[in-house]
Amino acid sequence: MGVRTWIEGWPVYRQLTGTDPLGRGAAAQSPRSKGLTARTETADSMARSVCPYCAVGCGQRVYVSDGQVTQIEGDPDSPISRGRLCPKGSASKSLVTSPLRQTKVRYRRPYSTEWEDLDLDTAMDMIADRVIAARAASWEDADDEGRPLNRTLGISSLGGATLDNEENYLIKKLFTAMGAIQIENQARI
Amino acid sequence: MAEAHPVGFQWVMEAKRRGARVIHVDPRFTRTSAVADTYVPIRAGSDIAFLGGVINYILSNDLDFREYVLAYTNASTIVSEDFRDTEDLDGLFSGFDPEKRTYDPSSWHYDGHEGEGDRQDTHMQRETASALQHESHGPGVPSDPDRDETLQHPRCVYQILKRHYARYTPEVVERICGVPREKFADVARAWAENSGRERTTSLVYSVGWTQHSVGVQYIRAGAIIQLLLGNAGRPGGGVMALRGHASIQGSTDIPTLFNLLPGYLPMPHHEQHATYADWVDSISHPEQKGFWHDAGAFCASLLKAYWGEAATPDNDFCYGYLPRLTGDHGTYQQVFNMIDGKIKGYFLLGQNPAVGSAHGKAQRLGMANLDWLVVRDLFMIESATFWKNSPEVETGEIVPEECRTEVFFLPAASHVEKEGTFTQTQRLLQWREKALDPPGDARSELWFFYHLGRIIREKLAGSTLRRDRPILDLAWDYPTHGEHAEPSAETVLKEINGYEVGSGSPLSTFGELKDDGSTVGGCWIYTGVYADGVNQAARRAPREEQDVAAHQWGWAWPADRRILYNRASADPQGRPWSERKKYVWWDADSGEWVGHDVPDFEKTKPPSYRPEPGTPGVEGIAGDDAFIMQGDGKGWLFVPAGLIDGPLPTHYEPVESPVTNPLYKQQANPTRKVYERPDNPLNPSAPDPHAEVFPYVFAVSRLTEHHTAGGMSRTLGHLAELQPAMFVEVSPDLAAERGLTHLGWAHVVTARAAIEARVLVTDRLTPLRIDGRVLHQIWLPYHWGSEGLTTGDSANDLFGITLDPNVLIQESKVGTCDIRPGRRPTGKALLEYVEGYRRRAGITEERRAPIVTTDEG
Ligand code: SF4
Repeated sequence: MGVRTWIEGWPVYRQLTGTDPLGRGAAAQSPRSKGLTARTETADSMARSVCPYCAVGCGQRVYVSDGQVTQIEGDPDSPISRGRLCPKGSASKSLVTSPLRQTKVRYRRPYSTEWEDLDLDTAMDMIADRVIAARAASWEDADDEGRPLNRTLGISSLGGATLDNEENYLIKKLFTAMGAIQIENQARI
Repeated sequence: MAEAHPVGFQWVMEAKRRGARVIHVDPRFTRTSAVADTYVPIRAGSDIAFLGGVINYILSNDLDFREYVLAYTNASTIVSEDFRDTEDLDGLFSGFDPEKRTYDPSSWHYDGHEGEGDRQDTHMQRETASALQHESHGPGVPSDPDRDETLQHPRCVYQILKRHYARYTPEVVERICGVPREKFADVARAWAENSGRERTTSLVYSVGWTQHSVGVQYIRAGAIIQLLLGNAGRPGGGVMALRGHASIQGSTDIPTLFNLLPGYLPMPHHEQHATYADWVDSISHPEQKGFWHDAGAFCASLLKAYWGEAATPDNDFCYGYLPRLTGDHGTYQQVFNMIDGKIKGYFLLGQNPAVGSAHGKAQRLGMANLDWLVVRDLFMIESATFWKNSPEVETGEIVPEECRTEVFFLPAASHVEKEGTFTQTQRLLQWREKALDPPGDARSELWFFYHLGRIIREKLAGSTLRRDRPILDLAWDYPTHGEHAEPSAETVLKEINGYEVGSGSPLSTFGELKDDGSTVGGCWIYTGVYADGVNQAARRAPREEQDVAAHQWGWAWPADRRILYNRASADPQGRPWSERKKYVWWDADSGEWVGHDVPDFEKTKPPSYRPEPGTPGVEGIAGDDAFIMQGDGKGWLFVPAGLIDGPLPTHYEPVESPVTNPLYKQQANPTRKVYERPDNPLNPSAPDPHAEVFPYVFAVSRLTEHHTAGGMSRTLGHLAELQPAMFVEVSPDLAAERGLTHLGWAHVVTARAAIEARVLVTDRLTPLRIDGRVLHQIWLPYHWGSEGLTTGDSANDLFGITLDPNVLIQESKVGTCDIRPGRRPTGKALLEYVEGYRRRAGITEERRAPIVTTDEG
């Protein structure tokens, strides 16, 4: 290291001669932080998304590296949020990467005291069987006067309001075709 | 707003910076109050008295925006001579049936039209929450009722309004709301002064307003003020509903609600809608003017979207396949049916009713009595673990070894692991790109329902049962992609938008939908979101490159209009009311409406256009009928049809209140929906004996750092650290009265439950003087439960279940309670403790809380 580089390495020298007289930015930067790059710059990809919490609908940029979400930032382009996120929106990276997130199907038998593992395909098959059976056992064709009912009151559903429009659309479509009418949502609550 | 919608609140601060005055009315001092110019503490549950006071102030001082009111509202319309007001009948309107506790609304109709309009009985309307259909349009009314433009006729709406609110004086507001009269007068004056040609005032409410037994009427009261002052359909005005969840607006538009189909079409009722023609006519009201006239096209296109090729004009587009309602099938009725063993299976899709719904115990006991339960969520929530970890397991009411419910927990994909649209609080759809695949077994709801449907269809293939036809004929062939065979959300969006059956080309506006089966349209109000085959919700031009309405960002229903009824931003002749408030106006040279937004009006219909009297449909809308989705083209100060509990908002006390209604002998909403069951006990309310056992008013709401039932926030380290514990907030005076210490423990008791919390003693809660005595309010956040990184008792356990009659939403923003120092008892002792309160309050299994409390009617 030459003398010049050595002197320029002193924060106070940089503070007095550079563009950062208060010594809060470049002047105080260590070689380590100078060598750092933002995760957002080196990400493999970025998806433009929307915060999943309240209905303000703040824009989010979701950065992914090596198949992992590495950062979620406010989208500065959004005319709604202008790049800002509140504590919840800012915590949404933890929401999607949390170690507490469940990633395996869990199954509790009647009268059991514990969860068990279950294969996803098996679970889907079992649920389909149960829907078909509940529907058959509680089917109502017509009312007392012979007017059509075409329905089951044996099945209920309650959805949250973080479901997409497309998801709600398929949910309502399938349940309606099955004759299940007790389909509700947080929007009632 | 600063607490629960923080980033939206930046625009309030922006307005304040430019000189706007910010007024905040809330039972509790919050972050919003801290930066508001004026903070007004109010008694929870008294908002109609406050807003009624403002209406009275406007009318008795002639401060309404007269030109606007005459042209765009029904102020001049003459109402039936049979109409009687709550002022005449001690808290009831005319037409009350004490037996059914509903109104025959024919006397509320416009003069000479008493027999017209909705003929269905109002009991059925209450059971099916039919008022919800009016989110996109008004109910049926005659298009050309008699008017008195001088507003002098004693039965014109203006005069009726004036008489109805005459008693809502500043003194009465003070007595009911606990707001000093000078403070109230200051707010009323500011609101009126800041409205008119040159200025507009915006009214913002959060949907806590809906969680009252008079919730719809709260919002109506706000709307009346905004109409009187000319603040609807104009920039900087409006009634802005701050909805609390990412796509809760979308969940109503494309409803997963029992009584609605997409686009606010009613689910058929077995009596009222026995045939396709009955169904369509009940929506379109053939004699009515406006866009709703084309309902046949919306209905046929939806059924085409559902049943594809099987749906033909000859079979009424498979209308016969639709299941029918017979009454109330809402979420609370379902919970009681679960307790009674009538429901076999339950799906919970990103929802946690064990914490988030009123009367948590009923929710959990219901879930413990199912054949099976499917929970789809990101985290292990209370609604999945009620059988091993819940207050009822603690008390022995649920014993795991005796609980029969089979539980499937299926992990869900997060918002970044799937694509699709959210509809935010201003009706704006925004598309989310997918960032990566979900981990492990996690899947989207789109995946789950598509494949569940596919498997069920495979299992039923070959069935000859009539009931299986709707499933087998269903249009269910969505393309899939990727390792997990994820269905294409964009294909679903295109179906929602609608397209021509023949060519497959997407439609641009709902006007292109047809009633002959030649178009598909999954949700008519969303037609245009996929116009030109482009996903309009995915548009993201940077804000710097756009004008104020930011039309290149996302897409708003209907037709990408950012301000509804914006025809009202111009005067009857089509000129801007003022240069400052210019938004949409008539350009005579080009012969069309122009401006900053998509005009909420036919583009080339001139302001001078007048239809022949009695012309139905779109042609019936005159050039100055700004409220085009209303049957008479007017904004409604007075609602002649479509509401269960009255044409005008009237102050009723909450169902549980320590205050006797000072205005009427009718204490609370006489038409409210009740569930009279021993497992749904209600606290006695004034003036009944023993009301004093629960002497305090409590309110619940959100913290900035948590989200609803906590499943998406108590599970995260940062948020759990920021708000680490359940607490109850009390004033220093109440702390002294009850011996509560800051950061010590206290417990709160109602007829349903006793819950414990840390005490926060602050002067953010103001003791109020109500009707000559001091009344204390306490406040609780409702985010806590027994799972997650921070756990605590659930505030929603305190509530019983009573619903608004129009929309069947529960009263869970106000109730009465007791509060005591120290922790609550545990185990069986807890049940005995709450039973002791019920005994002292005279609550027995047989007791029915009085509902109709006046002899009039
Ligand atoms: S960041 Fe905050 S304000 Fe914005 S949408 Fe998310 S929760 Fe709402």
